[in-house]
Amino acid sequence: MESIARLLQLIPKYNALPGIVRALLPMLVSCILVFALLALAVLFLVWMERKVSAHIQDRLGPMYVGGWHGWAQTLADALKLLLKEDIVPESIDTLLYKMAPFIVFLGAFAAFVVVPFGAASFVTDLNIGILYIVAVGSLSVIGIIMAGWASNNKYSLYGGMRAAAQIISYEIPSAIAIMTVIIPVGSLSMVDIVNAQKGGIQHWFLFRNPFIFLAFVIYFIASLAEVNRTPFDIPEAESELVAGYHTEYSGMRFAFFFLAEYANMLLVASVATTLFLGGWTQAIPASIAPQLIPGPILFFLKVLVLVFIQMWLRWSLPRLRVDQLMYLSWKVLLPISLVLVLGVGWLTVYW
Amino acid sequence: MLTYFRNLGLGLITVLNSMGVAWRHLFTPSVTLQYPTMKWTMPERSRSRLFNKIEDCIGCGQCARVCPTNCITVQTEKRAKDEPEVFAADGTVKKLRTIVFDIDMTLCCYCALCTFPCPTHCLGMTGEYEYSVYDKNDHLYHFAKDKPMAANAREEHVTEKA
Repeated sequence: MESIARLLQLIPKYNALPGIVRALLPMLVSCILVFALLALAVLFLVWMERKVSAHIQDRLGPMYVGGWHGWAQTLADALKLLLKEDIVPESIDTLLYKMAPFIVFLGAFAAFVVVPFGAASFVTDLNIGILYIVAVGSLSVIGIIMAGWASNNKYSLYGGMRAAAQIISYEIPSAIAIMTVIIPVGSLSMVDIVNAQKGGIQHWFLFRNPFIFLAFVIYFIASLAEVNRTPFDIPEAESELVAGYHTEYSGMRFAFFFLAEYANMLLVASVATTLFLGGWTQAIPASIAPQLIPGPILFFLKVLVLVFIQMWLRWSLPRLRVDQLMYLSWKVLLPISLVLVLGVGWLTVYW
Repeated sequence: MLTYFRNLGLGLITVLNSMGVAWRHLFTPSVTLQYPTMKWTMPERSRSRLFNKIEDCIGCGQCARVCPTNCITVQTEKRAKDEPEVFAADGTVKKLRTIVFDIDMTLCCYCALCTFPCPTHCLGMTGEYEYSVYDKNDHLYHFAKDKPMAANAREEHVTEKA
């Protein structure tokens, strides 16, 4: 935000504006910037998902729209969703029904405020950054339950309930896995966490000690469950629940759920990148090789690798049963992550 | 406790296995045929749109008789005795003038029974399968080229038929 405030100084007579405008304008501009980037990234991710899934199933995927390998397919889909009729069922809880998609999206979008995309490109550096992400990121559960309840549809309600049970269970191992990184850094600020990993690939937390490597695996699995991706997609299991909590939604409201789903994917991937893969830092230190790729692009590449693994897992694994899901969370991930926290603490104190 | 860890290891191995399968398939060439730009070569004996080589047709009407859906209409008239003789490609004398040879492809059931009795092998099925049209009447194919001897003769024939 500081860099954007500095850019805004270039506007003539900027300092003559009233103080409240000068305070709010940088926030507004940076929020719009993040939103635009997010929307673009989501458009790309949807296309990528379709391509990856198609090629894993020996198909081609979208090939026509836009010319080169159907690159404009999601653009056309978004346009179609914008133009579609917004069907509102009769016996619904109108207020909750209309609020739900925006709350789901808000949870994903608001968390991006503290993600450092580059050395100077982040909206704000909260001193409780990662706690804020964990808190705001789970806001989407409320939206999902709201959507499930307000739709007045048994499938939607089932989806919402399952989502609540799943996301709340998996929040715990993921938060504890995040703790393994916070212990050696000693700060909750995302910028501090990235700064602690500067200086090459061996300083990334992923490769720094074996406990954190396992914690990364646990965080990755738990984050998959938090964003309702296959194999943990029981809230929107097509074969059982039609489409889960967004069954009754159409048009732009459905598009918001879709946007939120992919924004959430991006969010957990960028949190994993920041915590374990060194964020925007270079893999090779400057003393060995020239740093050709700028930080933000490197950050996005790392995020893309993680998102690709998410997609890869989605198209290679079947869906878990509800009891298996709970077993994995409470009996496997939670005890192991607790042991990992102990291990990291021991290593940090006695190494 | 031992089974717990064994199950954990088994789960991990099976997940990695399935990921390996997915990875292999990511790089196998896809089986999709980009249809309007690329096409299958149709098999030699594929049964699609009917075609009649009217130059060889002697107007015997056996195809019309055998057709289970009555999609072929043949109308002929005798050639005059003083006309020069016309031959089909295999040397059969064309004693009749084929005035009407219509095939209604909307009725055709693609059984190809009509092609077997054809004595001069002029009626056959082609591999042509992209012939959808906007108007149903465009599926009525007229093959006949011979004009009736006298204009009134044809009219009589039609009224008689109707």
